[in-house]
Amino acid sequence: MERKVYKQTFRHVVQAAFFALTNGYVQGFVTGKIYAGGNKKICVPGLNCYSCPGALYACPIGSLQAVLNSRQFSISCYVFGFLMMVGALMGRFVCGWLCPFGMVQDLLYKIPLCRKIKNLPGHKYLTKLKYVILVVFVFLLSSLVKDITGLGQPWFCEYICPSGTLFGGIPLVILNPQLRTAIGFRFIWKVLVLLVIVLMAVKVYRPFCKYLCPLGALYGLCNPISLYRYQVDQEACVKCGACQKACDMDIKVWETPNSVECIRCGKCKNACPTHAITTTCETFSRRWKRTNKK
Amino acid sequence: MKEQRMKLSADRKAGMMGVLVLALGIGLMIMGIRNGEVQVVLEKAIKICMECIGIG
Repeated sequence: MERKVYKQTFRHVVQAAFFALTNGYVQGFVTGKIYAGGNKKICVPGLNCYSCPGALYACPIGSLQAVLNSRQFSISCYVFGFLMMVGALMGRFVCGWLCPFGMVQDLLYKIPLCRKIKNLPGHKYLTKLKYVILVVFVFLLSSLVKDITGLGQPWFCEYICPSGTLFGGIPLVILNPQLRTAIGFRFIWKVLVLLVIVLMAVKVYRPFCKYLCPLGALYGLCNPISLYRYQVDQEACVKCGACQKACDMDIKVWETPNSVECIRCGKCKNACPTHAITTTCETFSRRWKRTNKK
Repeated sequence: MKEQRMKLSADRKAGMMGVLVLALGIGLMIMGIRNGEVQVVLEKAIKICMECIGIG
């Protein structure tokens, strides 16, 4: 039991450290202005709004829409290539370990206010919603709907992204009096979306990641082929279901260890009584040690 | 035993596919950088994105 708690604490420490590392522009939180250095051309793997006062790097979904919105480009090789690279390396490990909004939802779920549930009713169908958001809001609307000057809008950021409201919108509005005067319907809408997700996250585990996140949808597609994968030793597995019971994403790990929903939090690995679940990294390191011994 | 061997082979295929996607991703990234997409990202990211925060 202690080992399990320790492992999850370690994951939260990694989440917090990565957040601090990528949002370390302290001056921004004092002045209410954002970092404008050259690092901002580099994307981070998680959903991290570049309008957060502390952000040192760019959000991949925001960047993808920025390029699609522009007059010069109709596709984004840079951001799409970056997403493919990260997805091929670790898939949704990013969601479980490196995404700041994922960390916020993890912490909200720990609040002991009500009886927790893993999924919303209609879970199976709702999980497909994130693909609709990815295609419609991130790709189609951003690249097809353009104004008279040929510029488009970041539709996902504008109407859905709760991470942008939490880490960018609210701190900037608090810190910058000029922005406060410009608050309108859209800001109120975005605060409402954030509020609903925050309240839901207290009862349901990671509702945004499960049902709405387009970044998670993209990385999830890479889960079955990413270099960091889970492997189940079918001879050792007794199919007791302990892994699914421990899994807050409600995955039958013994059947689909690399499900598109898996965020690689590692709870299933810790719960397995026969240690049948391993990662490709562990297998690689074991093989490496064996070869070196010889 | 046969089932285990099939799983191993599927796992190896998945690994190879991962390497292929990784290489393709790196290639696309380099292509994007050479096309000047990075400048578009930088220009957007260094200004407060009013739409992103729900203002404007």
